[in-house]
Amino acid sequence: MSQTIRLTLKIWRQKGPADPGRFETVAVDGVSTDMSFLEMLDVVNEKRILEGGEPIAFDHDCREGICGSCGAVVNGRPHGHLRGTTLCQLHMRHFRDGDTIVIEPFRARAFPVIKDLVVDRSALDRLIQAGGYVSVNTGSAPEANTLPVPPDRAERAMDAAACIGCGACVAACPNASAMLFTSAKVSHLALLPQGRPEAARRVLAMVRAMDACGFGNCSNHRECEMTCPKEISIVHIARLNREALKAGFLSPEA
Amino acid sequence: MGWLVSLLGSSVGKKWMMAVTGFAFLGFLAAHFAGNLTVFGGRESFNGYAQKLQSLGPILHLFRAGLIACALVHITTGLLLFLQNRRARPVGYQVAASAGGRTLSSRTMPYTGLLILAFVVFHLFHFTFVPPAPLTIFDRVAAAFRRPELVALYTAMMVVVALHVRHGFWSAFQTIGAHHPKYMPWIFALSLAAAFATAIGFGSLPILVAALV
Ligand code: FES
Repeated sequence: MSQTIRLTLKIWRQKGPADPGRFETVAVDGVSTDMSFLEMLDVVNEKRILEGGEPIAFDHDCREGICGSCGAVVNGRPHGHLRGTTLCQLHMRHFRDGDTIVIEPFRARAFPVIKDLVVDRSALDRLIQAGGYVSVNTGSAPEANTLPVPPDRAERAMDAAACIGCGACVAACPNASAMLFTSAKVSHLALLPQGRPEAARRVLAMVRAMDACGFGNCSNHRECEMTCPKEISIVHIARLNREALKAGFLSPEA
Repeated sequence: MGWLVSLLGSSVGKKWMMAVTGFAFLGFLAAHFAGNLTVFGGRESFNGYAQKLQSLGPILHLFRAGLIACALVHITTGLLLFLQNRRARPVGYQVAASAGGRTLSSRTMPYTGLLILAFVVFHLFHFTFVPPAPLTIFDRVAAAFRRPELVALYTAMMVVVALHVRHGFWSAFQTIGAHHPKYMPWIFALSLAAAFATAIGFGSLPILVAALV
């Protein structure tokens, strides 16, 4: 049953990277509980635009939980309080009439704020550029059975590949560490035969890039795996640690 | 050599050093605990144990040097990680919330660590770097734990150590990559068991000594 609720939003407003920013309090009425969180923000923005005000900037694209564009910190929780859900898939029925909702951008030195709730996550792209790929020759695809992949291995690689690169792990980590993101990439490729040839170089290069971007270090708080909208496990962080040990001490890579 | 410095200086390298030195401290705690038990054998047995340790001479010095090296690595790396982690989020959140990952033990690691450092220094000057005569070590321990404030301090500190062990134990396994669906539940259980053993095993000692000796 659709209902409408009344909310008080405390939203982070920041004109640009150099602006110190502040919280703005917005009262919203008649929010349908069938709306998604982003649709609720759309309604607020439409009203603002009609009134000649400046809309609240936020990132979004697919709005179906698969692209990793959306994300803000809602009442202290990246993507909100619902387990395994992106912000675009969080619905207003999970809030109560009269609630006050504090909305902040992802906070990390490596994720500078561009405007309002929009942060620059290109540090994650730099991590991918450092090693989150396999090098293959183009041309006709090889015969499928030449590279056997056991199904359980394929499953585990898929679990890691479920990462949509939203950066919520960094936002949730008390140390703003990117270990869950990085480990998902390292693990996904290390588990598959296509990824093995470059595994040693990849893990060392990605760890180096991660440190250069200014992310913090992993303290095994596990906030990342509890927050990840794709519920990626810290098992992958352990695999990164293992891959890095092997690569660092046993491979010729430096 | 350059590769080793950059490997150990990386974020994962620093964590490996924390884990390996942490394992060394866990081993030390177990040995220290076994030694403590001789106090219940009475004056002769405890003093005999202390003498036997002293008589090891160079071996004892080797172990001490190893522990001091581990401590230096653990403390400097820990502080470095702590500062880097704080720097990684210059602007904090208005609302602090947890998704359920953090524990009292995990969030207090740097602080329990520093408390333990202060305690270890006190403890060394209290019981280790003391002349062997006229008071024997047994007399010193017995006298110390006749003072309720020292019993309270030692017991409280053992709870602090237990908190540090609770997160440090499983964390060390995770950090060296030992995470396996078959063994992880055991490692978590052992982590809790080690914490309780520390709190109860070490923590009850001052109370028992005060009551029995
Ligand atoms: S907008 Fe694509 S995941 Fe939310």
